[in-house]
Amino acid sequence: MGMFRLEGQDRVHAGRLAVIWVILSVIGIVAALQIHYPPYDNSVQGADQSKTMALMTVLAVPIFIGVVLMLVYSAIFFRRRGLELVDGPPMLGNTPVQVAWIGISAVVVLFLAVVGITTLASSSAAQAVGAAGRAIGQSGETGSSTAGGQGPELQVQVVAQQWYFTYRYADYGGVETTHLYLPLNRPVELHVTSLDIIHSFWAYQLGVKADANPGVDNVFHVTPDKLGGFQVRCAELCGIWHGHMADSDGRVVSQSDFDAWIAQQQKDEADIQKALPSYAPYYFPEPLTKGS
Amino acid sequence: MVTAEHVSERRLSIPNNPITGVLLAIPAYFAGLWLGTLFGLNDDANTGIILGYTFATVAFLIGVGFLNYPLERLFGWRVSPISDPEENRGIGRFFRLSLDHKVIGMQYLVTILIMLLFGGIGAMLIRSSLLSPDSSITPPGQYIMLIGLHSVMMIFITSAVIVGPFGNYLVPLMIGARRMAFPRLEALSFWLVPPAAVILAAAAFWGGFPTGWTGYPPLSEQAGQGMDSYIVGFALIGLALIVSGINMLATIITLRAPGMTWTRLPIFVWGIFTTSILGMLAAPVLAVALVQLAMDRTVQTSFFLSANGGSNYLWQNLFWFFGHPEVYIFILPAFGIIMEIVPHFARKPLWGYRTGVVGLFGVALLSWFVWQHHLFVSGIAPVLRPFYMLSTELISIPTGIIFLVTLGTLWRARVWFTVPMLFCMGFLFNFLIGGISGVYLSDVPTDVTLHGSYFSMAHFHYTIMGGEIFALMAACYYWLPKMTGKMLSATIGRVHFWWMFIAFNSTFFPLFIAGILNMPRRVSSYDPALQGLNTWVTISAYFLFGSMILFAGNVIYSLFFSARPALANPWHARSLEWQLPTPVPAYNFERVPMIVGGPYDYGVPNARPVADLGGLVGVTGGG
Repeated sequence: MGMFRLEGQDRVHAGRLAVIWVILSVIGIVAALQIHYPPYDNSVQGADQSKTMALMTVLAVPIFIGVVLMLVYSAIFFRRRGLELVDGPPMLGNTPVQVAWIGISAVVVLFLAVVGITTLASSSAAQAVGAAGRAIGQSGETGSSTAGGQGPELQVQVVAQQWYFTYRYADYGGVETTHLYLPLNRPVELHVTSLDIIHSFWAYQLGVKADANPGVDNVFHVTPDKLGGFQVRCAELCGIWHGHMADSDGRVVSQSDFDAWIAQQQKDEADIQKALPSYAPYYFPEPLTKGS
Repeated sequence: MVTAEHVSERRLSIPNNPITGVLLAIPAYFAGLWLGTLFGLNDDANTGIILGYTFATVAFLIGVGFLNYPLERLFGWRVSPISDPEENRGIGRFFRLSLDHKVIGMQYLVTILIMLLFGGIGAMLIRSSLLSPDSSITPPGQYIMLIGLHSVMMIFITSAVIVGPFGNYLVPLMIGARRMAFPRLEALSFWLVPPAAVILAAAAFWGGFPTGWTGYPPLSEQAGQGMDSYIVGFALIGLALIVSGINMLATIITLRAPGMTWTRLPIFVWGIFTTSILGMLAAPVLAVALVQLAMDRTVQTSFFLSANGGSNYLWQNLFWFFGHPEVYIFILPAFGIIMEIVPHFARKPLWGYRTGVVGLFGVALLSWFVWQHHLFVSGIAPVLRPFYMLSTELISIPTGIIFLVTLGTLWRARVWFTVPMLFCMGFLFNFLIGGISGVYLSDVPTDVTLHGSYFSMAHFHYTIMGGEIFALMAACYYWLPKMTGKMLSATIGRVHFWWMFIAFNSTFFPLFIAGILNMPRRVSSYDPALQGLNTWVTISAYFLFGSMILFAGNVIYSLFFSARPALANPWHARSLEWQLPTPVPAYNFERVPMIVGGPYDYGVPNARPVADLGGLVGVTGGG
């Protein structure tokens, strides 16, 4: 029985595998770095996600190649020769190898977790500053739009219902629009809520996904830093027309274009505005009881 | 004849078989429907339908014969001979209530493979409608119904597809027992499955249910009467999981033959053991959530309605607290199968047996601490996200151990590439991709983009279809010779493997890309730019379905037409189940075997045969 020791044959196989593995991994990593990962870099948060995805792929490539290489190598070199059934060497285990494997996987996992947590923390912390001192739903100075590109966070409410999204701009009297326009380089605080069932607000290019729950004010932050359009889709199954709950007319525009647009919206929607409930963190249907 | 004996000859005089069960179930359904509507609730007959399904299930079980034994014991009637497999050797035993674990295993296998056909047809219909980027092929209402039926049917199947057939059939054989600890519970866990499947299928008459398998309220409260099928069907499967979990644990703990120490236990039994712990503890949580949902839909409680003081997060928490262990209920027995089969064909001892067992337990333990990674973007407790990120990523460590153990077993082996071994290699490749993609989903920054997209859909199909179903195929090719007495054709098997392996990867790998490129799950219409990709996937999916048809053809051909009788031990394996004759005798072992060796001691000098079987003849050599 005895402990398995690194004999000559083990060393031959291990050396050969190590060389192939290093070469293939380097090629794989270089290839993985050529890919520009979605959701690209149209926002600060999107760029973070892009970078994290690239990092994960770089770490995943050697692991994937290592295991597949072992499988292929075993299939070629460790297959039975001839028709006779022969038993292999009775190796029962190898403590140093097991400890090393578990140790390395633990290090990789912890490294990934630390990177993920710091990325998460930095993107929320940067945003939390802008949000400080403002109560949810408090609309600030109505119509003030002179803050320029680097003003305080713009507060936008995303209201989901079967089967479309509308948006209310808290800083502009709670005006409700059917498309989402955001000014460039200005931190945005999204308040996502729903009027009926669970939806999920997914602005793909901006790197935002936030569930819309009835009776819940789900806060997400985004700072768009590229001009252009973006798509909005629902990412949580919400009934028959879930697949159609999409809008490809989201836009990131310059601050001056945004000011002009929001002024126009305020003018156009003035009549409807009177019928809307006043801006609130979330809305409940009337009457509150079910089935009556 | 004295009077006392005459009285004891009395018994319930209805014939016990599934037809009686169905005949009783139909009036019971209408009785429940009538009773439910008597309450006069303004609930769209949901109360009546839920009661109807429940009554029908109970009536079906009575018709099958589950009431006989309690009545016989209660009134002192003669106990019917149902528990004696010697008297039930005909083909009819597969269609009746049987307490023989081997019969139950075969009943499970056939039932689940039939259900798999329907789940697969559902998948083909879904893929067909995605040939068009708008909803022109399937209207959105029907599409959403297909999604619901396919997903829940497949969840039912994958919950039981390994533990049901192979767990029930093999665990007693592998541990040297003559039966399971609770044969009636074992039979109950099987006989709950057909009613669950039928009740689920009945949803189609009500227009299905719109929620997929997650059943999120308030959508599930808004849904029509099809949702009641989800509630009752899922509850029955949950009950089957609990019952089978308790039974398996009791069997493995108490009925091991002398000498079958914990370290001689075949690793497949460890896989069943850890799965059973999860099933027994997780399914009650699901049952609670389903009862609450049923009450919300019928008697106007508001557990999940935030407008009335409830919370839809409550459902999400309960569901995923069950749901994440549930996905390990799928995969742990598959890990067991892979680690069981690889040493027999590598002709080497399982490398790092104890570490492998620790890996199984590590996965089982950690699975309780990760459920909120399904809720990363839901808005609940953002402060806890780093914890769930860490706990989820930690699962890669015990999962990595499974790879370590199998790769270590392959190291310098003399691998005999049989069909089951090919499927094991396919499993390792697919599950590797499934596992690595899971890490992307566990990390909050990347999950924000990937959550609820085709990426996560591809991820779990890689783990469940590429993992569990490949393990199922390995198990079928490996153990069906023992279970049926016929070898499956290896030639067709090889074609089947390569066909299925290529078609599977060609189907699901592009879906990772679709997910990264902005395609949400469960949509009947999508970005027209992705139509080419989706057409490719659909055509691959047809080929994948074709490979399953080939498998069915292989089974039918090999069992009924080619008729190549299997040897008692065609693989020259050491483990206990292969030392028995084929077909396995009624009570498995003529006398309780004495276990004297490990199941994987290939090439070990002076290894003893695995067991002293007494009178039975079998191949016990180990090299």
